[in-house]
Amino acid sequence: MMVKRTKIAVLSAAAAGLVMSGYAFALPEGVDTVQVTATAKDHPLDEIYSGWHFRTPETQALQQDDFENPGFLWVEQGAELWETVDGSEQKSCASCHEDAADTMATAGAQMPKWNEALGKPVNLEQQINLCRSERMGAKPWKWESSELLSMTAFVRNQSRGTPVEVQIGGPMTPWFEKGKDLYNTRVGQLDLACVNCHQGYYGQSIRADRLSQGQSNGFPTYRLKWQKIGSLHRRFKGCMDQVRAEPYKVGSDEFLALELYVNWRGQGLPVEAPAVRQ
Amino acid sequence: LGTVTATANAATIEPQDVVIRDAEVEASLTGSPGDPVEGSKWFKSRKLGNCLACHGNRDQIGEPFHGDIGPPLDGVADRYSEGELRAILVNAKSVFGPETIMPGFYRVFDGQRVREEFQGKPVLTATQVEDVIAYLKTLKEE
Ligand code: HEC
Ligand code: HEC
Ligand code: HEC
Repeated sequence: MMVKRTKIAVLSAAAAGLVMSGYAFALPEGVDTVQVTATAKDHPLDEIYSGWHFRTPETQALQQDDFENPGFLWVEQGAELWETVDGSEQKSCASCHEDAADTMATAGAQMPKWNEALGKPVNLEQQINLCRSERMGAKPWKWESSELLSMTAFVRNQSRGTPVEVQIGGPMTPWFEKGKDLYNTRVGQLDLACVNCHQGYYGQSIRADRLSQGQSNGFPTYRLKWQKIGSLHRRFKGCMDQVRAEPYKVGSDEFLALELYVNWRGQGLPVEAPAVRQ
Repeated sequence: LGTVTATANAATIEPQDVVIRDAEVEASLTGSPGDPVEGSKWFKSRKLGNCLACHGNRDQIGEPFHGDIGPPLDGVADRYSEGELRAILVNAKSVFGPETIMPGFYRVFDGQRVREEFQGKPVLTATQVEDVIAYLKTLKEE
């Protein structure tokens, strides 16, 4: 499977300011900035900003050029894995899903989704592993393994530009409420909640870091600090570490609920994976 | 003065015993004054006070990175009494209200997933709190 890369022709000097330069890739009609107005009922924010907005012009430029964006190494590995036959069923992802550019154009923007058989939501990593174990007869990939990160990056990249939209009604509601609760609960020795940093002070600096709204539309993201791509749950864990709290496990129900709620807070933002971060 | 000893000082008030009255903690937590030079170290240390994560001030501007979440602390000694500064440090919520982002530095929490190595401990020791207060008292408006 070929990975289609794009490069922005002119990098806008206004990138650091409030006026947004466009994305390198095509966005659906009506979505043309990294800032959207919150439309969801009872949304705590008026304006929603992608994390891209808060990064330095250099980091922003790296993300905008698919040839320079180091995250594409993972996207490319994912493209290879998409066509790699594995497991007792002797199938690849492509055997069922064919051309990912068509079949995965929205899935990456709509996770977590309700899974009737399991009676709980599943996020992208979990869905990939469900397909491996249930449909391919293959071993699930470990969380944060290079394979799972690559496949997540690849699938999410197919949904790039699609506005985030998650279901929170019906059986999802208790998960949503739990995520909201976790978001607002102070934890750790420093006694801070997600909301304290990402709602109260976005745009301001906490030591060397400029706080964003803690949106999820760029994940998995390539972090310059790690020289590696990382999952959303790894980021959650990092934020809990910072406040000296015992983090939940990656892939846990708690982080799944938090993911659902965080994605809802970013409803309408276009998927940007793989984003580049400091 | 200024050496942090492991032996507990008999006069030291434990976090749970600190009395905050009218947004003030009158007496030194250790029974003696702190060391401003040590205090300036805790102020910028990423592992300890990490006050610079949120506050800048002229004196520490040589530090490459400081935050702007909280107000600059220049002139803070003119704005607050020693007892008020102590209350802010011990439990910022007692002065700024329950919604503040500023952590309490001499408090102990149960049941909120505090990482094991930090359980039962405040962020700063009583000696360190007094050192930081001594440092803050040097931040006067010129
Ligand atoms: C002490 C402040 C603080 C708290 C509390 C905190 N974070 Fe963060 N968070 C940061 C910083 C600093 C960054 C890196 C800069 C940025 O993107 O905001 C970050 C980044 C993020 C990102 C990545 C955003 C991007 O676009 O790359 C997400 C998502 C996130 N946080 C979610 C959370 C969640 C969920 C919680 C609660 C479990 C939380 N944060 C708690 C400080 C905090
Ligand atoms: C034998 C068929 C089969 C194979 C092989 C397979 N899948 Fe699936 N996949 C499905 C079916 C069927 C669904 C619909 C959901 C369900 O019932 O599990 C699905 C759903 C998905 C979804 C959610 C799509 C959406 O719109 O919500 C993703 C993402 C996905 N698969 C990724 C993968 C990846 C990645 C691989 C390879 C590692 C893979 N699948 C291999 C059959 C397969
Ligand atoms: C996570 C952010 C954060 C950290 C860390 C922090 N503060 Fe604060 N601080 C604030 C905020 C915000 C305020 C303003 C009150 C408010 O809005 O709640 C404040 C207010 C203050 C004030 C009153 C300033 C004035 O002029 O009214 C003092 C004094 C102070 N802080 C000292 C410290 C010291 C000393 C440390 C480190 C031991 C520290 N702070 C660590 C966020 C922080």
